[in-house]
Amino acid sequence: MTGTELTATTVARALSRALAGSGHPSRARVAKRTRAFSVNLLGVLVALVTLFPLFWMISTAFKPSHEIYSLTPSLIPSHPTLGNFRAVSSGQVSGGIGTVWLFFRNSLAVTLAAVLVASLLSLMASVAIARYRFRLRATLLVMLLIVQMVPAQALIIPLFLDFKRIGLLQNLLGLAIVYAAQALPVSIWMLRNFVATIPRELEEAASIDGAGGFTIFWRILFPLVAPGLVATSIFAFITAYNEFIVALTFLGLDQHDYTLPIYVTYFFGRGGADWGPIMAASTLYTIPVVIFFLIVRRRLVGGLVAGAVKG
Amino acid sequence: MAETIQHQPAALAPGRRQGQRDPGSLRYRFGTFTRRHKLAPYLLLAPGLAGIALVLLWPLVQVMIFSFQNYSLMQITGAAPTQWVGLANFTVTFKDPEFWLSLRTTVIVAAVVVPLTLIVGTIVGLLLNRLGKKMSVFVSTAALMAWATPPISAAVLFYWLVSPDGGVVDWALAKLPHWLGGGAQWAGYNWTTNGWLQAYIVVGALVIWQAFPFIAVSVLAGLKTVPGELLEAARVDGATPWRVFWRVTFPLLKPIFLVLLLLSVIWDFNIFSQSYIVTGFPGNQNEYNLSLYLYDKAFSSTIPSYGLGGAIALIFAIILLVVTVGYVRTSIRQGALT
Repeated sequence: MTGTELTATTVARALSRALAGSGHPSRARVAKRTRAFSVNLLGVLVALVTLFPLFWMISTAFKPSHEIYSLTPSLIPSHPTLGNFRAVSSGQVSGGIGTVWLFFRNSLAVTLAAVLVASLLSLMASVAIARYRFRLRATLLVMLLIVQMVPAQALIIPLFLDFKRIGLLQNLLGLAIVYAAQALPVSIWMLRNFVATIPRELEEAASIDGAGGFTIFWRILFPLVAPGLVATSIFAFITAYNEFIVALTFLGLDQHDYTLPIYVTYFFGRGGADWGPIMAASTLYTIPVVIFFLIVRRRLVGGLVAGAVKG
Repeated sequence: MAETIQHQPAALAPGRRQGQRDPGSLRYRFGTFTRRHKLAPYLLLAPGLAGIALVLLWPLVQVMIFSFQNYSLMQITGAAPTQWVGLANFTVTFKDPEFWLSLRTTVIVAAVVVPLTLIVGTIVGLLLNRLGKKMSVFVSTAALMAWATPPISAAVLFYWLVSPDGGVVDWALAKLPHWLGGGAQWAGYNWTTNGWLQAYIVVGALVIWQAFPFIAVSVLAGLKTVPGELLEAARVDGATPWRVFWRVTFPLLKPIFLVLLLLSVIWDFNIFSQSYIVTGFPGNQNEYNLSLYLYDKAFSSTIPSYGLGGAIALIFAIILLVVTVGYVRTSIRQGALT
């Protein structure tokens, strides 16, 4: 991995810088170098400790069973195998209820539907909040802040009963509706700031040129607010892709509709723990989203921190 | 009614486009009606607010109603009538030692995990600020990966790390020298079913691992706004890094820390999926936190009672509301509503 290479070279460079020094370095320079060295060392330590659990997950996923339960665990599999991945992708595992791809498809379908609906509705609402003054506007904003803090645990009983009544309980559509709604308060709150930064003159100019409301919305506002939409979409994506309690309660025994987190816990809890396939499934659940995060990190970190720091 | 901030752009060009020229067309009439009554903001808000109201607000109202009723399976099927029972659900809850045990666990976990998360996050944030470009990218990438890991994945993973049967943590602890607390007694040590303390050490480690990156990145963003001359001046005056942090950096970043503190309290009170996995729900009742206790009463116990569950949910929501009000007030004071 480039990560480990990077560490190795950085450590080596820091070491040589600290140790090699010129013939008679002054005391201040030595102190400065020691400080730089210890800061770098601490950085490497933090990174390694942080990465270890994920590394162990992937390492276990590639180990054959006798290595997983070995009395002297090795960091890297000595006989790497794809057997665990084959087991989950064919569904041939103890307590197996289907191939991992089925649950992948379920998770993606629910997540994408929730992201699309939440993005569209929050964009409309944020335009209203950022562009118009209307009665109860401040009340609405405070309500959004409070509502986003109400945990799903507190609402799960009525949600369960209501969705049972309307027949959307063991159903991916029901999950998508809940996820979209859960993402709305934060999405509106974040997008409102983005819309507010777009100069109103642009819309006025377009309007004078004869553009109608919808043209202004799609041709002017939408492209300019797109970076904000990316940030809120990522937020909605995380919310839905990671969601556990609602899926757990809603899906029950409807194994065909399980999302990935429910699938992972389902065969984790069954028939002893067959850690090879479990870690393979976890890896398949985790790695795509981690890679996705690394790709969008700039927007993501900027958007979320702005949200947190500003409110 | 509605009032635009300056003037409504669309009003400048009423019906100038082809489709809107015909005064009889539905679209034209809808447009003029919207403008005359200044309905645009309400129309834009309606779908989103309807979603929030139906899926988040209405259930909150229902929870309040349930908590004063004997609502259960019998009432759903219609076998027995739904009755108002006054405060009975609350009395039962407050008399249940399991409730107080789970509340205690929740409070202790939050009281320990919140400061630890903030301390670790702040240290890493300060570290990121000191590191060179390459190292800083390396460390923040590692942190981002921990943060991006889905909580369920992380919980199952930590469960495997501390597993008595092949887990790497027990193996490493057994290998540690005695003066560091290591030894053979750790081989096969069971972290998850031995008691709430051991289980929540695992949950706490897991929560910190996933939450510190956010704190670190937020603190780093704050540190970038601290004027360098200020720190330089303090250092020239001979202040130690410790004093520089507490006398210069911390006071400047106080608003950020306050928001992060309140958010962390809310998050750590809400721990559900991590404790669900690590304690092997519905395993040992003594290992419940408030969320698990609530879930057990509503869905898993032999006689599920939505009334009892509703009462617990209401208590839970009220505790969180107190913290949330603090968060909202802080946000407003920092100009979030503008």
